[in-house]
Order: sequence, then structure tokens, then C-alpha cells
Amino acid sequence: MRFHPSIPLLRIVPDDTKFDFMQFRRISFPISALLSIIAIVLFFHPGLNLGIDFKGGTLIELQTKDGPADLAKMRATLTALQLGDVQLQSFGGPSDVLIRIAQQPGGEGAQQAAVAKVRSALGEQIEYRRVEVVGPRVSGELLSYGTLGIIAAIGAILIYLWFRFEWQFALGAMIANVHDLVLTLGFMAIMQIDFDLTSIAALLTILGYSLNDTVVVFDRIREMLRRYKKLPMTELLNISINSTLSRSIITHLTVTLALLALFMFGGHAIHGFVTTMIFGVVLVGTYTSVFIAAPILIYLGVGTGRQESTDGEKVTTANIRFNA
Amino acid sequence: MLYFSRWKALATLLTALFICALAAPNFLPEKTLRSLPKWAQRHIVLGLDLQGGSHILLEVDINDVRKQKAESLRDDVRNSLRNARVGYTGLTIRDLSVEVRIREESDFQAALTKLRELSQPLGGLLSTTGQRSVEVIDAGNRVIRLTITQPGITERVRQVVDQAIQIVERRINEIGTVEPLIQRQGADRILVQVPGVDNPTRILDLLGRTAKLTFRLVDASVSPEQALQGRVPPESELLYGPQKDGKPPYVIERRIMVTGEELTDAQPGFDQRTSEPIVTFKFNINGARRFAQVTQENVGRPFAIVLDNEVISAPVIREPILGGSGQISGNFTIEQANDLAVLLRAGALPAKLTPIEQRVVGAGLGQDSIVNGTRAAYLGAALVVLSMFLIYGKFGLVANVAVAINVAMIFGVLSLLNATLTLPGIIGVVLTIGIAVDSNVLIYERIREEVRSGRTAIAAIDAGFTRALATILDSNITTFIAAAVLFFIGTGPVRGFAVTLGIGIITTVFTAFTLTRLIVSWWVRWARPQRLVIS
Repeated sequence: MRFHPSIPLLRIVPDDTKFDFMQFRRISFPISALLSIIAIVLFFHPGLNLGIDFKGGTLIELQTKDGPADLAKMRATLTALQLGDVQLQSFGGPSDVLIRIAQQPGGEGAQQAAVAKVRSALGEQIEYRRVEVVGPRVSGELLSYGTLGIIAAIGAILIYLWFRFEWQFALGAMIANVHDLVLTLGFMAIMQIDFDLTSIAALLTILGYSLNDTVVVFDRIREMLRRYKKLPMTELLNISINSTLSRSIITHLTVTLALLALFMFGGHAIHGFVTTMIFGVVLVGTYTSVFIAAPILIYLGVGTGRQESTDGEKVTTANIRFNA
Repeated sequence: MLYFSRWKALATLLTALFICALAAPNFLPEKTLRSLPKWAQRHIVLGLDLQGGSHILLEVDINDVRKQKAESLRDDVRNSLRNARVGYTGLTIRDLSVEVRIREESDFQAALTKLRELSQPLGGLLSTTGQRSVEVIDAGNRVIRLTITQPGITERVRQVVDQAIQIVERRINEIGTVEPLIQRQGADRILVQVPGVDNPTRILDLLGRTAKLTFRLVDASVSPEQALQGRVPPESELLYGPQKDGKPPYVIERRIMVTGEELTDAQPGFDQRTSEPIVTFKFNINGARRFAQVTQENVGRPFAIVLDNEVISAPVIREPILGGSGQISGNFTIEQANDLAVLLRAGALPAKLTPIEQRVVGAGLGQDSIVNGTRAAYLGAALVVLSMFLIYGKFGLVANVAVAINVAMIFGVLSLLNATLTLPGIIGVVLTIGIAVDSNVLIYERIREEVRSGRTAIAAIDAGFTRALATILDSNITTFIAAAVLFFIGTGPVRGFAVTLGIGIITTVFTAFTLTRLIVSWWVRWARPQRLVIS
């Protein structure tokens, strides 16, 4: 037959890749611990840049109709209104301005009054592209829903993994992915990305995608555990990670490309979201499932007892044959 | 794994095609769509962040409800004791309680029995909870204390929200917007979503006002100056004109002559003499009769028109008004006159509503978001398709076909659900394109491994599918759980993200399990590869 079908044209990872990921854990674990501590410190100082969803207040996105916006003049006008903390920043084009007004004292009605004042002070030559006012009660609720949501998601996934795998796998996956969330939160704090409802969406998606990755590796580990009863654990984990490595890289490549497209063309409104996703999924998620999630299984006691078996069959990547 | 019976293949294809076809109504022009039968009209609705509009969350002012409830309980106590001809003193409101002292010891038991009738069981006739709206107790020393129970307040809040929703609906419909969404949220909130209104302050003006209109006589027994010094007669109160006009207040009798509830119509217009914007109104028969009687008996006295405890105007009655119609003037702008007419036609809210969350997106930003989102989606799709082709060649093409069908199916399901597409929703679709190829990657990488371990092409493909599908299911369920949680906690745009992400996962798993397998099995049958050569 003339036809020679071949699957991969581009070789992403050579077939005989045998990187010793398990050895690397002696470096990766301390690094992760250190980064996590730094992230937690960042979480408290400078802390997350809470957006109006969680802090309450007013956000106005406007575009001046008569040429570029004069930020200094606008700032002076708004400061004269004495609305407390008012921040202005240019946003996108030269005539786009983003105004943030801190929550007004005096309850729910006071927020609306502040917006009315700003509108009349800035005059007619302005197109209001977005006006968001979140009162104290709603922001408090959104914050607790958001926190609750992340905890609920972690809990639900933990239970699912526990049913699907052994508890050690569930716990390992969770440690790894809470580590992802902590690092991402630290990243958001250091970059001062607006932390709002879409950030919760980003965090949950990062959680989902990172676990997706971890589960793929774990699936392979479980399969190997069933098939090679006497293979030493470190070696088994190494083989599992190496054999799923190519898939991990290709999948992250395509997700990164999608995120890159969003970053370039998605507009200003979603920059924070996409930046967070790129950090969480691409940088941390990949690293975690390879260097943290799988190696941690050893410490959780998966496959204890097999290391001691010295008389066991010697299996390496080279002579493993899948023969179902 | 690779064998598909003719019927199974057909069923798979038809299902996929059908779901894709569900997206078709989105491409029809508005007019054609309307002419279709209801079941064929299902289509994706653009979220407020894409088409522009206002999202307003209103909360019923509980304190207002409590105050009203206590006041009406006091009035009930007064009426019922009067009807029973029982002498009393010191009828007072204390927060949620009303206290009254019965003059004669001999009347006390009768009064207590009478007042107990004011307490009604809650939850209708079939209720078995035994809860009552008011607790009536003998507080000693001939004092009876009636306390409104917490369930009584809750019940009242529920009724208030029901009534308020109707009024809000009428008000919003008056300004003529398309497809507003007005619904209850929780116990004491109303969500209002109105697409495409450029001036959101107008909506807030319309919804933030109770619009309780009353006609009351001005008390001429004291001057406003005297009243300001604290000498307000007990049967009157001190009310101001519209804010910031600096005029002295009015002394207005508490007794309400006619209320806005008796109106049948209100229209904006112009005063014939001064050309000033005014609102003309018409009473129903009952209201007209009352109005005629009051104006007949009080010619020469000022008659105040009070809206939400603000005196709009207090013209002197020059002659009896018998026709049951009249006009309100009060230095209105044209828009104010318009809005007042709308408010009067729609009726008064049963309690004050406070906006506690407001999100307004202009049509311009919405349009930009659509353009940006679509552009990002095309670029993302192009990059993913290209890289899959570069990495996997013709197998990459299979993955790309699967992804294309996948995206079409997402839009089909969104249409079927009449779902709302938001900017985060578009992000969800783009991410799905990125992650959907993962299932193909898992399958292909597994096949490659099987080939390396020495299997023949067909056996490798078969084993690759079998092994990879279990992993695909496991790995997607975790993301699906995250999306489901997001759906429950999120609102508006974020919920839109959860929806597309969740649907994307389901369609991804469906295509991996059926379409990809089907296409590969066709290819195997057509090419009959003996071995898969790996370069």
C-alpha cells in the first residue's frame, strides 16, 4: 500500500523522554513552599485590589466627545465634589477614562446621589459607556458568595476525586490545586489586578483546568499501578508523567493560543481575567501537575510497600508493553 | 471501539446535525423570526453587557414596611375600639407594637376579645403552622399590647414585593422598552433588567419614587412661621415643597381627602395660559364625587397636592371642580411632567424601593465588546486549528472538524435554552475551543503510545480510544463541577461564562465519544492502514 499514515508531523516531546521528575521534587517542593509563603504574604500586604463588586462603590467608564480627555482637569472637578477617594485613570484610547469612587457613607441611597453629582459636574460632552454602582449590602454578599463558591467547588471536586480514585489521589490533587490558587492570588495581589466577580470565574476555571491536567496524570498512574504490581513507586510515577508529558504540553499550547487571542483582541475589559488565566493555567497549572501533584503521592502513601520489593521484575520505559 | 453499525453512525450524525441546526434561528432577521412558530423561535439573547442596558437590583425598604404595618395596626385598633364603643387612652406605637389603655375595667375583657380578632392566621386557610400576624397580650394595668410578629412582617414583605413588581412592570412598560425582565430575587428584592436605555438615571427616577399622591387641605389655623417654632396642630404636619426650592414649608392637614388610587388617567400637557408643562388627571366616579364635595365645601382655601410627602403645589380653590378632572402644575420640565404622568398612571408603590446595585452598559461599549469578542474568537480558533494541523497532520484535521462541530453545537444548545450570551460567555467559547482539542490530543497521544508498544494500526487506534475516553470523562467532570458552582454563585455576565463553559464541556465529551470516533473509523475503513508510521 502506497499510503503511509503518520500521526505526528511535529515532534513536541521525543518518544524516549525520560526526565527524572521525581528527583526534581527535592527542588520543586521547597520552591513551591517558598512561593506559597510569598503569595500568602502578598495576599495580606499589599493585599488584593478589591473591585467594586466586593468593596462597594462606583465605577464609571466614559469617553469624552470633544477630543482627548483632560485627566488633570477632570480630577480637579471631581475632587471638588468631596466624594472621598476618587481615582481616575486612562483606559484604552486617549479619550477613555475610568473613574472609581469609593463607597459613600450613608447607606444605599448615597451611592446613587454620588453618581448624579459626578454626572452633573462633568457636563454634557461625555458618553457614559459603563456605570456600575454596588451598594454595601450587595458587595458584602458577593464577597461571601465568591468565597463560599470557591470552597464549595474545592469540596465538590475533592469528593468526586475521592469516589473516582483513592483518597490519597484526591488529597494530593487538592493540595496541588490549592497551591495553584494561592500562587494565583499572590500574582493578582502583586499585579494589583482588579479582584471582582470575573476573578472568581478565573480562579474556578484555573481550578478546573489544573485538575483536568492532574487527573490525566493520575489516571495514568492508576492504570500503571494496576498493571505493574512490583514496579518501584518513584519509577512508576516517572514513567506516568513522562508518558503524559507530550499531551500536557500540546493541550497547554492550544489553551495558551486561545488565551493569547483573547489577550490581544479581547479588549480592555477582560485583560485582568485573561492575564490571571494565563498565569494560573499556563504557568502554574502545568508545573503543578508535573512537579507537585504526582510526586506528592509518594508522601501520601500511595503504593507503599512496593519500594521494598527487591526481587520484583525490573521494568523501565523501554520494555513496557501495553498488552491489554 | 471502531465498529459503528450503520444505524448508530446515522443516529450520531443526525443528533449532531440537529443540535447544530438549533442555532439556525440566530441567523434569521428579526422579522422572519417573529413569523415562525413559537418552538422554532428559540434563539440566543445578547446579554446586557453586549447590547447595552441597565441592570438594577431594588430592595424593599423593610423599615418602611414595618412603619406602615404598625401605623395600619394602630388605625385598626382605633376603628375596632370605636366600633365597639370602648373608651381608651394613650394609643401609641412602639416600634413593632401598639399599646392602648382601656378606660374602664369593665370593658377590658370585651376589648381584649375584640382586638384579638385583629390577629389573623398566616399562610391562608389551609395553613397548619399556627402562626399569627399579631400577638395580643394583656400587659397589665388595663393596657393591651399588640405586637406584629416576625412571620407577620415576612408575609407583608412578600405581599409588598408582589405588588411592587406589578407597579414596576407598569412603569417600565410605560417608557416603551423591549423585553424588560422584572423578577423577584430572594425575599425582599426585585431585579429589573432593561435593555438599551441610554439614560439610566431616568429609570432610577421612575423606580426610586413611591409616587404616593394625596390631595389634602392646607391648615390655615397657624402660619408656617409659627409651625416652624413647634406649634404644629396635632391633626396637621409640616411638609416642604420639592427639594432645594428654599420656600417656607406648608402646614398640611393629615386627613387625606382624595388619593392617587382614585385616578383613572394622567397625561402630560401644557397650561393653556402660561404654556408651562403640566399633568392633567381624571378621577374615577368615586374619586370625582369626593373631589367635587371637597372643593365645594372649601372654596377659597388652598388645596395641596402632595407627592411622597412633598408638596408639589397648593393652589387656592377658586370654584368647585365637578367634572372629576384637574391639572397639576409645579414648574415642571417637559420630562418631569412626562414622568409624573407615568408614575400616576402606574400607581403608587406599596413601599419605598432602594436601588442597591446598578450596572449600566452603554450601547457603544456593548458593540465594541461584540467586535472584540468575535475577533478574539476567530483568531483563537485560527491559531488552534493551525497548530493542530501542524502537529497532527490529517489527524489534526479530524480534530479541527470535531472542534468546529463542537462550537456549532454550543450555539445550538444555547439557542435551545434561550440562553443569554455575555462577554464572559464569549470568553467561555474561546476557552472551549482551546481545551476541546484536548480530547483529540489525549486520544492521539494514546494511539501513538500503543503504536510504539508494537500494535498494528487498527489495534492501536482501537486501544487508544478505549483508554483515552475514560481519561477524557474523568478530566472533564472536574471542570464541569467548577462551572456548575460558578453558575450557582454567579450573576449576570459571570453566569453567562459558566453556561458556555459547562455546555462546552458536554459537547466536547459528546464529540470525543461519538464524532471523532466515527470520523476515524471511516478513515480506517477507507485507508486500511497496516501500520501507523511515526516519523
